[in-house]
Amino acid sequence: MKAGVVVFPGSNCDEDLIDALRRVMGWEVERLWHKATALPRELDLVALPGGFSYGDYLRAGAIARFSPLMSAVVEFARRGGAVLGVCNGFQILTEAGLLPGALLRNRSLRFLCRDVHLRVERPGTIFTDFEARRLRLPIAHGEGRYVIDREGLARLEGEGRVVLRYCDAAGELTETANPNGSMASIAGVVNAQGNVLGMMPHPERASEAELGGEDGKLIFGSLERALSGAAARR
Amino acid sequence: MKARVLVRLKPEVSDPQGQAIGEALATLHYDAVRNVRVGKVFDLELDETDPERARRALERICAQVLAHPVVEEFDFEILEAPADRTDGAKP
Repeated sequence: MKAGVVVFPGSNCDEDLIDALRRVMGWEVERLWHKATALPRELDLVALPGGFSYGDYLRAGAIARFSPLMSAVVEFARRGGAVLGVCNGFQILTEAGLLPGALLRNRSLRFLCRDVHLRVERPGTIFTDFEARRLRLPIAHGEGRYVIDREGLARLEGEGRVVLRYCDAAGELTETANPNGSMASIAGVVNAQGNVLGMMPHPERASEAELGGEDGKLIFGSLERALSGAAARR
Repeated sequence: MKARVLVRLKPEVSDPQGQAIGEALATLHYDAVRNVRVGKVFDLELDETDPERARRALERICAQVLAHPVVEEFDFEILEAPADRTDGAKP
């Protein structure tokens, strides 16, 4: 399994993600500088890490989208390559048009850094091919309020593309369990083809018991089962 | 030529920042303030003399970069070309 992690100026979760994929999962991982113009050959997964690319200037993810490597990432996704965007990576994917909607300032105006409960709304994607229907993962963001127009939301719901929703410990969707005020408690969405996932919670920060949880590893394990050797087959 | 771009959240998108400012103004007894919405202003200097071409460029710049089409709307105006500075006035 071979993954590339894109590093932008201002990325700050790249090392965590690389460590989780390389040391915990045992994958081959390449760090990809955003100025590169092409992806390495035979990547199974491209991951965009969290952080504050370009200082969140203009809008979170808005400038990173124009980095040279992003054209190659968009092309990789259009050809069916698997792309995972975490936190700022999710924001970049919406700005790049690979995922619909936008991520705005949290309803509370506060930066939120804590664990959340999540409902796996769409099992069986390449990202969620596991038994668990509930996850506990950390969030750390100031701009995670998912917003989309009414037709876009109806399409997402109709096509079952809301993959993760914030819930309480009992799995109920409540206003208080929705940390940032996201529409329909949305924490993660997938594209129509099912190969691009954006999510605000951080799976890489919960991939080992000694870091407080292993639920993040479920997502990486699912990707590994779905994708090992995918690049060679593509 | 100078242009000023105004980007704001669409009316249906909630603006917690604007609400917080509104509440602060209410605390200060500015009772006449009914609602606050926060937007962004961009001042651009363009190497362009034709207003029509400038408008077409601004339209693309706003739609592609300065505003997020899902949640924001934009407006722009071409400001007066700067006065001839040979009169000694400060730029």
